[in-house]
Amino acid sequence: MAELNQDSGKGGKGGKVRSKKNGGKVDLTAMVDLAFLLITFFMLTTSLNKPQAMDVAMPDKDKTEKKEEVLTADNRSVTVLLGSDNKVSWYYGQINAPIEGPTVAGFGADGIRKVLIEKKAYVPRVSGGKDVIVIIRPSDMSTQKDLVDILDEMKIVDIKRYMIAKISPEEIDVLKRDNIYND
Amino acid sequence: MGKAKVKRASTSIDMTAMCDVSFLLLSFFVMTSTAKQPEAFPVDTPASTTKDKLPDSNVGIITIGDKGKVFFGATDRDVRVKTLEKMSSRYGVQFSQQDYDQFALMENVGTPMKAIKQVLAMEPSKRLEPGVQNGIPVDSTEALSNELYQWVQTARLAAAELNKEKESNRDFVDPGPLKIAIKADGAEKYPSINAVIETLRNQKQNKFSFITGLRAEDK
Repeated sequence: MAELNQDSGKGGKGGKVRSKKNGGKVDLTAMVDLAFLLITFFMLTTSLNKPQAMDVAMPDKDKTEKKEEVLTADNRSVTVLLGSDNKVSWYYGQINAPIEGPTVAGFGADGIRKVLIEKKAYVPRVSGGKDVIVIIRPSDMSTQKDLVDILDEMKIVDIKRYMIAKISPEEIDVLKRDNIYND
Repeated sequence: MGKAKVKRASTSIDMTAMCDVSFLLLSFFVMTSTAKQPEAFPVDTPASTTKDKLPDSNVGIITIGDKGKVFFGATDRDVRVKTLEKMSSRYGVQFSQQDYDQFALMENVGTPMKAIKQVLAMEPSKRLEPGVQNGIPVDSTEALSNELYQWVQTARLAAAELNKEKESNRDFVDPGPLKIAIKADGAEKYPSINAVIETLRNQKQNKFSFITGLRAEDK
């Protein structure tokens, strides 16, 4: 350790009492305390957790034609209707003649994700190698959380083709029947 | 023989190195930090597993929350000022230089154009009180009544013009067109989100981002 004040005054000429030299060493404890306090402050106020941005692309809007429906092959399309209470209803095919469903499901690994994974593997086998199309139809009773959750599932399951579309009155009836259209 | 005395080591520790390190860290944090701004209109965004970060600049953020209240703001100050200039000529509302200076400091705005002058004249802390700013009017048209449509459009034009002005600078990097992000409360119902999305689609802003929080890989 660097001790600067080790001179004990021995061997001084004439036995003069020398005043002890002091001031070679400063107590830095308080300074370190202060520095760490400031570090803590700046660390906590820094916005390290920047928000995430989930990119969404909507189809071009055709303002001249009122028809918004996009026709998709029956055996390729899985439609997910977003209802209330964090529940969805899904069907495979068309609403008037569904091949499977409509069935109510929740979010997460045991809910709609299982269905999507299964359909993602199943559809190419029946449609000659073409991949599944997922149509997301949020109802007026669904929330932003539901929409973000279902888009997140698309990312997790890695579904390449999906779109957000308008819900039809028949589909709202399905949600009402299954009691997931509550305010 | 006298006992050999064990020399006691000094109990004081040399703090010099520790002090050096702590001040190095301190200066690092001081220089890199951007202080967390108190949010003008706090909303609780839903979580997602998306890993893409929202850029710091060149973004127009539409905030939706509190049962359909819509706020709009740009991240860059020069874009904000230019946007207000354009809005002022579209709606025939005149602003003073002081108003522009105030507006440059506002993170976002959530009031009809008619009332914007009163809000700018207020103390910054008063503006955020409940009931002062009740949201920008949104409807399904492209007319002046859909003020959000006009805000987004003018902000995009303002950003494009500012980019053009800076083009001659030697170290200019084109940030591209203004990105639009929607920051909506998780509990917000779909109709109010849909109104905003349709407003964006009406001006062919078909690509946008939802701002979300971070969630662990699986729940």
